[in-house]
Formats: sequence, C-alpha cells, structure tokens
Amino acid sequence: MDSLTRLSLGGDGALTMARVTAKNLWKTYDDHVVLENVNLDVDDHEFVTIVGASGCGKTTFLKMLLGIETPSKGQLLIDGKPIVPEPDADRGIVFQRYSLFPHLTVLQNVLLGLEFERSRLLGKLFGAGRRNAVAKANGLLESIGLASSRDKYPAQLSGGMQQRLSIAQSVIRRPKILLLDEPFGALDPGITLDLHKLILDLWAANEMSIFMITHDIRESFQLGTRLLVFDKVRHDPHAPEAYGARITYDLRLKTHAERAAFASATPDAIPA
Amino acid sequence: MLGALPFIILLFVYVIASNLRFAANPDDKLLPTPSAIGQTLKVYAAEEDRRSGDVLLWLDTWASLQRIGLALAISAAIGVVFGIATGVIPLVRATLSPFVAALSMIPPLAILPILFIVMGLGEVAKITLIVIGVTPVIIRDLALRAAELPREQLIKAQTLGASTWQLIVRVVLPQIWPRLIDSLRLTLGSAWLFLIAAEAIASTEGLGYRIFLVRRYLAMDVILPYVVWITALAFAMDWLLKWIRSRACPWAEMVR
Repeated sequence: MDSLTRLSLGGDGALTMARVTAKNLWKTYDDHVVLENVNLDVDDHEFVTIVGASGCGKTTFLKMLLGIETPSKGQLLIDGKPIVPEPDADRGIVFQRYSLFPHLTVLQNVLLGLEFERSRLLGKLFGAGRRNAVAKANGLLESIGLASSRDKYPAQLSGGMQQRLSIAQSVIRRPKILLLDEPFGALDPGITLDLHKLILDLWAANEMSIFMITHDIRESFQLGTRLLVFDKVRHDPHAPEAYGARITYDLRLKTHAERAAFASATPDAIPA
Repeated sequence: MLGALPFIILLFVYVIASNLRFAANPDDKLLPTPSAIGQTLKVYAAEEDRRSGDVLLWLDTWASLQRIGLALAISAAIGVVFGIATGVIPLVRATLSPFVAALSMIPPLAILPILFIVMGLGEVAKITLIVIGVTPVIIRDLALRAAELPREQLIKAQTLGASTWQLIVRVVLPQIWPRLIDSLRLTLGSAWLFLIAAEAIASTEGLGYRIFLVRRYLAMDVILPYVVWITALAFAMDWLLKWIRSRACPWAEMVR
C-alpha cells in the first residue's frame, strides 16, 4: 500500500464537490472596511494559499468561509449555495494553537469527530461501534506517525506533533474544505517541512479543497495550486480604515504532478 | 518532616501549660491534662451513653458527615448545571449572572432564622443553609472556568460536527470537573462553618451540637478533642478530593 492510499479516508460514494465562489464580497465593521469587492471562483480540489500583510482581511475571509463571520455585502457560496453561517462538519479548521482538547488523549482527540457523527445523544461510542471507529482512528494515526503516542495527552506532545494531531483530527470527518490559519507559524522550520509533506499527501489522497493562510511566501508557492494575495489598493492617509483589501494577485500555480515531472525531466533543477 | 515541627511544639506547650495549671489547681477546667482528655475520649468513643445507648462520638460524626456530604453533593450538582449554563450560553449569563452575584453577597447566617421558620428545625434547614452558603461561589467559579475555554476549541468541536449538547457533554463538562473539585475544596471551610452554626442552634446530635451542649459545663476535655477531630475530618475530606482529582483528571495536572 503506498502512502497516498493509506492517507485516504475513504468515501461513501457521494460526490463531495466544493466549489467556492465569492461575488462582490464586502466585510465592514461600522466605518471600518476590511474587505472590499472580493471576487473569486475556486474549483473543487484546489490548494489555495493566501498571503498578505497583517490586517489585510485574510483571517476575516477565512472566518467567513468557516461561518463565524457573515458577509456585509455580496455573496460567498459553496457549490452555488450561501455558506451556512455556523461552523459545521463540511469545513474543517486547524488554528495555530488551542485547537486540541487537552482532556482527551491523542486517540480520543481523533476519535471525537466520529463520535459526534455516530452518537448524537452522548457523543460517545461503545461496543462494536467504538471498535470500528477506533480502528479507523488508529489507521489514521498510524499513517501520520502518531501511533506510538496514542495514549498521551496533547500537553505531552511537541508543537509539531500537536499540529500533526490537529490536522488528523480535522480530516477524519472528511470535510469538503479544510481551512488552515497559519498552522505552522509557531513551529521550527525543520518540523514545518515534515508537516508540508503530510498536508500535501492528505490533500492528494482526499477530495477536499484547502484554504491556507501563511506568512511564509516560499511556503505559499510550494504548497499551493492557487495563490491569493490580499492587499489594499486604495489608501487614505487621514482615514486608514476607509478602504478595505482586495485580492490583488490571483496566481494559478503548476500542479504538484507537473512540478514533479518537470523536476525529473531536468535533473539539475532544484525541486520547488 | 519539617512540617511536623509546629505541631510538636504546640503539643509540647499545651502539655506543659496544662500540667502547670493542674499543679496549681487540680480542679482546673480550662486546660485539661492529656490523661483527663484521654479518659473522657474513651467514654465518648468507646462506651454507650447510659441514657440513649449510643456511642456519642460516632453518632455525632455520622450525623455531621451525612449533612455536610449531602449538602456538598447538592451544591456541586446545582453548581455544575448553572455554572455551565451561565458560562456557555450568553442568554442565561445575561439573565442569571447579576442574580447569582447578589445572592452570593447575602450572609447565609443572617437567613438561618428564616430557614428555621420556613423549614422547621429538622435536617432540611441545616442542609439548605450549607447549600445556600456554598452554591453561589461554586456557580460563579465554574461559570468563569467555562467562559475561559478557548473559543478555538469550541469552534473546532463544531467543525467536527458537535451539536450544542454534545459540545457541553464532551468538551465543556469534562474540563469543568477539576475546577469543580478545586471549588469544593475551597468551600469546605465555610461548609463546616455553616454546619456547626446550624447544629449549634437546633439539633439533637452532631459534632457542632455536642460542642455547644457541653460548653455550659466548661467541658474543655470534650470540646478540645472534638475540635481536633473536626479538623482531622475536614483535612481528610480535602485530601480525598485532591486524590480524586489526580485520579480522575490526570491531564489537568499537565496543563498547568
């Protein structure tokens, strides 16, 4: 079994398309314009990386995708339907910190999504249902290299392991869209490289789209198939909040397969 | 080991002082000698009372522990329900929070007469007094804890498909337990205070009742060992709660 099949979380046959469309999208807080006139059309199974200066609405955009902020004007659609204004299992999230449950072990953290899905009343599985879910969670932990830590608590893991676990926890419900809010911002560069590989493999093996905010330009080019830059095009020095940010660059990058083919055809080239 | 030193010194000072007073006046009531205390203790802890046939120390201990145990269990249950509701649901917080804040400012002993008038002199009034004294503190403490859970955690749970009920049962409640135990430990002192006050005023058995009963005869040889015994019981309850916390919530010790 190759690594991609192992990371595939399986499907139930249903199509999990997720086309994200923003039409003339605005976000304002009273007089403070954060985003103005954002237009975007993202196909299913894209890896979108988002960069931009602080305060340029990247996080606000992600929050709207997540459903904890609503558009002030315009539309944000998934598969042509307005986004549900509350987080749900269609959209997974990995924050920079605090997204693990400190009172649950590694295994229980991964199990939790399955338990919410399959036990509406108690949120806890027993007997055959539990064995089934544990097998699935164990398989996932195995393939991301956390199997030996399955009985530890998050506080006993390193920062890199915690983010690894947080990603695993988010994908077990097979979200249509996975949102990453600077997931590697607090980690050492060496550890970040391992996590890049993990997230790319997970993305390749499953049908989801990924939206990832990052401060690392290099990272945004390496991981994305599409790169969005948020920036303000208009400035009023007397009223810095009068104008919001837009998408100033929308770059379609080569797919990872194309890059691999390019790298193997030209041995001297440094792999991107 | 060093911690035992103050206890030993205190004991030593007491033995010397009581012996000095005994030498001056063999009928001294204020500081009974250890042997006099031992004699009385034997009567209270090992012999049946001539009138009722009960062994008084155990009768009193059982009555008091039942009252305080039941009261703390009721307070904890109310505290968890209202603490989580006020901490997690904004509408409940807006409605209840000022009321609980005001309630917690009422000196419970001031309403003890009301309780006795309304509920009679039985067990209900005594247990209610402890519950009223302890619960508002627990509610406020647990509400603070529930409200300080990182928002990221709650959002994450929602993206894993959690309903509000599942969120409370699997994410909020388990993280409240260690704080509940801490709250109970901190309110243990006032719970004993209310218990003894209620027993002193209207009761027919109980540790507080006994102390205030024999006070009329200046029976320091009963009062002193009872006080030490009450302290030991409170200490044991505190230790037990701490033990339960480390057993039931091992993760809580790592997070700090």
